[in-house]
Amino acid sequence: MHQTLLLRGGRVVDPSQGIDRIDDVLVRDGLVVAIGPAETGADEMIDATGLIVAPGLVDMHVHLREPGREEDETIETGTRAAIAGGFTSVACIPNTEPPVDTQATVEFIHQKAMRADTCNVFVVGCVSRNREGKELADIGQLVEAGAVAFSDDGAPVYDAELMRRALEYCSMFDKPILAHEEVLELSRGGVMNEGIVSLLLGLAGMPASAEDVMIGRDTALAESTGGRLHVMHVSTAGGVDLVRMAKARGVRVTAEACPHHFTLTDEALRGFDSNYKMSPPLRTAADVEAIIAGIVDGTIDCIATDHAPHAPEKKMLELDRAPFGIMGLETAVGLSVTRLVATGRIGWPRLIEAMSTLPARILGINRGTLRPGSVADITLIDPECAWQVDVKSFCSKSVNSPFDRWTLRGRAVATIVAGRVKYRLT
Amino acid sequence: MSHTHFEPETVPPGWSHRHLLDLERLSPEEICLLLDTASRFKEATGGCRQKLSVLAGRTIVNLFFENSTRTRTSFSLAARRLGADVIDFSASGSSLSKGESFIDTAKNLEAMGIDAVVVRHSTPGTPHLLAQRLDVGVINAGDGPHEHPTQGLLDIFSIRERLGNLTGITVGLVGDIAHSRTARSNLWGLIKLGAKVILCGPPTLVSPRWRELGVEVSHNLDAIVPRCDVLNLLRIQFERQNTRPFPSVREYAYLYAMNKERLKRAKKDLLILAPGPINRGVEVTADVADCPQSLILNQVTNGLAVRMGVLWLTCGPRGRTGGVDVSSRPSSAGRVA
Repeated sequence: MHQTLLLRGGRVVDPSQGIDRIDDVLVRDGLVVAIGPAETGADEMIDATGLIVAPGLVDMHVHLREPGREEDETIETGTRAAIAGGFTSVACIPNTEPPVDTQATVEFIHQKAMRADTCNVFVVGCVSRNREGKELADIGQLVEAGAVAFSDDGAPVYDAELMRRALEYCSMFDKPILAHEEVLELSRGGVMNEGIVSLLLGLAGMPASAEDVMIGRDTALAESTGGRLHVMHVSTAGGVDLVRMAKARGVRVTAEACPHHFTLTDEALRGFDSNYKMSPPLRTAADVEAIIAGIVDGTIDCIATDHAPHAPEKKMLELDRAPFGIMGLETAVGLSVTRLVATGRIGWPRLIEAMSTLPARILGINRGTLRPGSVADITLIDPECAWQVDVKSFCSKSVNSPFDRWTLRGRAVATIVAGRVKYRLT
Repeated sequence: MSHTHFEPETVPPGWSHRHLLDLERLSPEEICLLLDTASRFKEATGGCRQKLSVLAGRTIVNLFFENSTRTRTSFSLAARRLGADVIDFSASGSSLSKGESFIDTAKNLEAMGIDAVVVRHSTPGTPHLLAQRLDVGVINAGDGPHEHPTQGLLDIFSIRERLGNLTGITVGLVGDIAHSRTARSNLWGLIKLGAKVILCGPPTLVSPRWRELGVEVSHNLDAIVPRCDVLNLLRIQFERQNTRPFPSVREYAYLYAMNKERLKRAKKDLLILAPGPINRGVEVTADVADCPQSLILNQVTNGLAVRMGVLWLTCGPRGRTGGVDVSSRPSSAGRVA
């Protein structure tokens, strides 16, 4: 017995096929059948008039916290937050307790994700055993278990020799290293961007150069090894330039930016609210502009959230004791549409490319497309919907978002995973 | 000893804050009102020696998460001179060492029916966070390297007592600007009252970025000494350094200590301040610290006067025209959209 779903009359935006037109999308048994005028009579029909119909959004940088820090988030709550935010796939970062450096841990996450039965969870494995930065994790075995990329995020791969070996070694699996770029000596003790605001507030600064120097090192290592480097959460104008120059030289480098880094500046710290504390930190207006320019010209390939939930009691501390991190899954579409599309900086095809096509391609997963025969992961977005963020209504377990009560434009109204409607905005 | 009578019944209408968190967000008029109030209390108490009862029945808690001797003593004395009860609460030996958060600690004290907390903490912004969450007044007695408003006020009070007016005078703040809360409070107070400020020290302690505020930055003490009417010599805060920002104490003193030689090239009536505790031989030599132009001990007495003024304005009974406090408003700055 076939199960069919018809999305009728939406604006279908699929950069993987160069499609941007009003059309119908027919899904059968969890796969996309066709984009084109369809007859009625499907088992289920969604009127998509006025909505963007996009390949399911992919967030390649999410901290689901499980195993080990279930007080902040679990695979179940995190993936529910993902579908509420329009994401059909997330890649979870391995800085858990224990870190994801064995097949057993990868398997555990897959099991939990299957039980949660919400969105796809792709596992990122550790670069180094126990995330200690001393020796490589068993990367080949992790690939065998399904790891799609490797990262010690939360911290940089500090030893340059280890980073070189990681890039070399991963190249035989064609897997990227997702790099948190930070020279720790330069940022030690810091809680915010180093600049006039940190000077005025007397808060220890994390200079932009701490990020730039490491991006410089890693692009050089990617160049010399031919390995694949993905620069996570670029926050500085200098970082954008370094990635742009490396790409021009043909280095295999990609990059992501987070919504908070193209929305907020370090001025936000003036209220001493730890919800504005994240790493890398909020920078200056010039950095914000450089990141947006990087998204516009493609230097920054994709948008990722760095969703980093922390239980309220951890964030309700003095600014230097509170942990780094900001939630992102449930505000990413709204912030990106508001800051990038509504302002005319990019069009819908580029946004969908940055939030679906390219992250899927970087991770090497068969998602991010509505090509007939592909898995029917689809996100419906109301491009005009003006809505107010309410952290209390979040599906996530934590509330550390500074965007509470912000009015945003653009919101996912339905999230379809493998042909099944997993989320509908009521 | 005769002195003017000053036993006000209500806080003047020009003052609307229940908290004193920083000088950055006070207006010049409010700073002047604070200084004038301090001045009247100083006179009315015969140089801060006698007791009034304007805050009788009020309870002030010294909530010190970081060690302090002189500031805590000064606040305690000032509160007692106004007739208030004072309780000292220090972090060591309290629930904090058992893992209680600073907010819970403060909320517990608040539930005991106090009127104000005087807070010192090593982290910038902690008094601001408390002010958002408590219903009682919060007075910042130093939050990390951010601000120390009563120290800034007492420095300015001491200068004003000698010079009458700050408009157009040149004040050099010398030394560890990076880690000095005193520097930041002085900077804001001085700028607002019309003084010209020069920040002086090595670039590792005095960032050229300060120029973005429109203040002068110099790395050469010898070059600025002749132009200054006041020098405020800030202590090197060795305890707050990650890596040493200069090669040696000897080299620092060679370049930046205020000594007899440099004093010779200064204006004859140069005033010298140091917020203390002073490191003799580092930022100031002993002969200069004890010279006639030194206001170092006046500063300590004036600290009492200023803290009386602050406690009265923040804790005293409001008149019918008393306004609404705006000093703890959360900032909406930083939003680009």
